[in-house]
Amino acid sequence: MPVSATTSLLIILAVAVTTFATRAVPFLIFPKGKPIPKTIEYLGKVLTPAVIGMLVVYCLKDTPVAAAPHGIPELIAVLAVVILHVWKRNNLLSIGAGTVLYMFLVQAVF
Amino acid sequence: MTGYKIAFKKAFPYTIPVLTGYLFIGIAFGVMYAEKGYSAWWAVLMSLLVYAGSGQYLAVNFFVPGISFAQVIFMTLMVNIRHVFYGLSLLDKFNKMGKKRWYMIFGLTDETYSLLCTTKVPEGVEEDKFLFAIALMDQSYWIIGSAIGGILKSVLPFNAEGIEFAMTALFVVIFVEQWMDAKNRVPAVIGVVCAVLCLQIFGSGSFVFPTMILSILVLFATRKRLEKEREVEVCQ
Repeated sequence: MPVSATTSLLIILAVAVTTFATRAVPFLIFPKGKPIPKTIEYLGKVLTPAVIGMLVVYCLKDTPVAAAPHGIPELIAVLAVVILHVWKRNNLLSIGAGTVLYMFLVQAVF
Repeated sequence: MTGYKIAFKKAFPYTIPVLTGYLFIGIAFGVMYAEKGYSAWWAVLMSLLVYAGSGQYLAVNFFVPGISFAQVIFMTLMVNIRHVFYGLSLLDKFNKMGKKRWYMIFGLTDETYSLLCTTKVPEGVEEDKFLFAIALMDQSYWIIGSAIGGILKSVLPFNAEGIEFAMTALFVVIFVEQWMDAKNRVPAVIGVVCAVLCLQIFGSGSFVFPTMILSILVLFATRKRLEKEREVEVCQ
């Protein structure tokens, strides 16, 4: 261990408290029993689809588009997941098959 | 305890994609932490107390002599700041959950947030128990993954390259599911466009927070239109 056990523990606690704090902010601002303003209610509803969209981009953020293989494995695998899901509407099938396809593409093809 | 058994049983299938993803990125975290000289117990402790994917990856770098706590807190804030907004969509649901809500808030990772916001509670299950079951199972996968990584101290014996795509596929599937509901389409497009735009401007290391701010601004700017659409949806 590069630092003492006490320091290690303190670092973990600092990260834990900070992480929890970020997640708790909305619940501290709008505690139980206090009515939620219409504006926040609206934001809460429309924010989820926007965040999911952002998370898709977040997952693909380090895909090298300029260099080979130009993000082609990612593109094929994402398209496969979308088509499979629209067709069969089965979460596990779409995710499982998409992941296996992607692994095959990056390990054996590109 | 009645009701929990059925809640866990019904919730489990929804968590399988997270199980796959968390097991493997958890293993990767355990290996990284072990390489710094920490045993599997430490990895488990961190996954138990912190519970953050990218946050824990980053945290591995904090264990060096001379690191300041201000630095630890600042860097953690930067990587996790997007979580500040997640609770806004769950205020109502969590506030109905009594003491359990503190664990729900603690467990609000990207993956759990997405499942909690988009999964319809099946018939015959109490909502609070079902949501709690999802959150608890997700964290257990993460802990088990980090323990395996810490014990193995090296990557799996088979070639797992590309397995992290399970997480991408999970979000793509949730995206498609949301898309089927027409009233989510405009916000979804706003999220994607803002993210791509901010990725170009700020780069992959720091585009998330600007994306959140820009999305919120655009969502407010289009509020009148979007609320009208939602009303039409309800009336039909």
